[in-house]
Amino acid sequence: MKIKNTLENYIFILPAVVIFSIFYIIPFIWVFQLGLFDWDGISFTKVFVGLQNFKEIFFQDKNWWQSMWNAGYITLIALTFQNILAFMLAWACDREIKMKNFYRVIFFIPPVLSEVVVGMAWRFIINDIDGANVINRTLTQIGLPNLVHNWLSDPNTALSTVAVVHCWKGFGWGFLIFLAGLQTIPRELYEAARVDGASAWQSFKNITLPLMIPIMVLVVILTVLGTMQVFVLIVSLVGGEFAGHTSVPVLRILASMRGSSRFGYACAQGITFGLVLIIISFIQYRFSKKGQ
Amino acid sequence: MLFKNVLLGVFVCFSVLGCSDQKLDSKPSVVIWHWMTDRDVTFQELAKKYETLTGVKVNFELYAPSDAYSQKIRAAAQGMNLPDVFGILGEKRDFASFIKAGHILDLAPYMEANNSSWKNSFFPKALALNEFTPDNSYGINPGVFGVPIDIMTIQMVYNKKLFTQLGLNPNRPPKSLKEFLDIGPKIQAAGMQGLVSGWGEVWMIDCLANNYAFNIMGKDKVLATIRGEVAYTDPDWIEVFSVFKQMKDSGILAQGLVTMINKSAEQLLANEKAVFGFNGSWCVNVYKGMNPGLEYGAMLPPQASEKYPTSIWGGAGSSFMVNARSKNKEEAVKFLIWLTDQDQQAYLAQATNNLPANKNSLSKIPEVMAQFARGMDYATHPNVWGVSEFSLVIEAFDRGIQSIIIGEKTPEAVAKEVQAIKERELARKKAQ
Repeated sequence: MKIKNTLENYIFILPAVVIFSIFYIIPFIWVFQLGLFDWDGISFTKVFVGLQNFKEIFFQDKNWWQSMWNAGYITLIALTFQNILAFMLAWACDREIKMKNFYRVIFFIPPVLSEVVVGMAWRFIINDIDGANVINRTLTQIGLPNLVHNWLSDPNTALSTVAVVHCWKGFGWGFLIFLAGLQTIPRELYEAARVDGASAWQSFKNITLPLMIPIMVLVVILTVLGTMQVFVLIVSLVGGEFAGHTSVPVLRILASMRGSSRFGYACAQGITFGLVLIIISFIQYRFSKKGQ
Repeated sequence: MLFKNVLLGVFVCFSVLGCSDQKLDSKPSVVIWHWMTDRDVTFQELAKKYETLTGVKVNFELYAPSDAYSQKIRAAAQGMNLPDVFGILGEKRDFASFIKAGHILDLAPYMEANNSSWKNSFFPKALALNEFTPDNSYGINPGVFGVPIDIMTIQMVYNKKLFTQLGLNPNRPPKSLKEFLDIGPKIQAAGMQGLVSGWGEVWMIDCLANNYAFNIMGKDKVLATIRGEVAYTDPDWIEVFSVFKQMKDSGILAQGLVTMINKSAEQLLANEKAVFGFNGSWCVNVYKGMNPGLEYGAMLPPQASEKYPTSIWGGAGSSFMVNARSKNKEEAVKFLIWLTDQDQQAYLAQATNNLPANKNSLSKIPEVMAQFARGMDYATHPNVWGVSEFSLVIEAFDRGIQSIIIGEKTPEAVAKEVQAIKERELARKKAQ
């Protein structure tokens, strides 16, 4: 009877296991296998090179690690600026303020827009010669003309500008998840705290923050995974890697696959990148477990 | 009960009808995958015309943008389900990979039939891009593996109206690099933008740099460099890199040029904000769409040296290849012969403002298109050189020039970096 029950359980999960294997496990293994070959992606012959591609990525490919650094920088900005903004706005909208439904809709518009559209629109807003030059005009009007320059084609500001536009586009997701999390906190806790004489800050610190930690971990993981894989926005904002200043891992993988016709190397880069993301997510998960 | 009977009846009817003989279409249909958004309507019209004439249906299927198309073709090649006719976007080595994998039909026997009448109808340089000569370095058996549909040259364009405003002769564009650079301060003083181009997408930088390499050191030395016999740290190569530094210093380059996408560059020139552009002959159609009244002319890149003639990139603009495994390959070849015939080529050129690949169709094209067409006399292309540079070297080369333009690196530093990568790649090749 017990064996029958166990078998039944396995049969119930079998479709999910099959689908997961076909669409996730097998492609991952296949991509890893391709990463062990020198292959142009077209020929029928592949040359087995063992771990040579991985060795090159780890010890020779400076451009790859620069792209990882750039993606890390954008992620850091997103984790701080974007998520703090999202949390503050969600917190504000969770309170009894006027037109809160209107704000919810407005804040959720950027994430649903196409990255190409956002990139082109911001390129128009920022750029001076082929755009509206809004930022530079504003800087001039508020008495800061010395800050006026080409934000997207200056190597010192291009990546930060991309990061800010990425945050603008992405904060709506965090906002939505934070808002959903805030709404699950029982109102009675706040009422009880108020009766006990707790200030707004004390309520926030002792009720809101501790209960929101699991949600914050989720948002942080999603932000890291989403931001590390950014590339469409970069292509539409600056046209590509801009002498390496706006290079990110996905653009490097594309360059290896299409520009250099090194399909095997691109697969190895994809596996390396995937492993880095898995490790980061695992570390975050472990930290959150400890925190709880 | 009644419902069950009706359902059973419907099931039986569908089963019986479903098993009945289908009338087989006696004429095959040819499927063509392409990426040319601007030519799709004209292709469809020509396909209808061909069907009326021969009864053979031709389906042009558009997959744009070109990046997505390129991916689709590669995926189809890996899955062995390429259409009857398709195009390949990429370098000659990609083309060679498709041929090596047996995906592309050798058209030489068709080209050479009837005293090579089909072959002789094309501009030789346009056909050369699709040809593999006996001494090619790709290990491909000699043959012709593609049909040019149109030709293109990549040159400079200049706005005649802005030239007049700057006090320059609109019928005499600069011929030497010095003349060109001298215009930089005038452009800056007038608050205009100088040279615009899609240099955010780096291949156009590579194109202009190669133009100057041919002009400064000649074809043989450029090819010797690719073969690894001359170093990128050679003074001639440093002079090539220095051309971009001189351009930057003179103020002839538009602001933000290194992150500019070609569409923005085309808009700036069409909207009369920029004096010069570096673009392919396809721009004629683009500018016409953006500003039909634009007064502009085409010019060769100003010469940096008088030692060697100017060279520009040019040849076949777009080409079609026939799937060697297609059961309709004979019909596909017949259609391509018809499509590249004088009348169809003239129709395509007039409807889409692209230069025809058939040299007999040039008679009725606008002057600016004729200027681009005359550029074919100076045309060359990496795909006809017989040797190709390592892609990582090309990447370092293009990135290096971007760095020079933004003032981050010197020509000498870039030359050293490029040479270091070249040596690494040569060593790796030797080890294999």
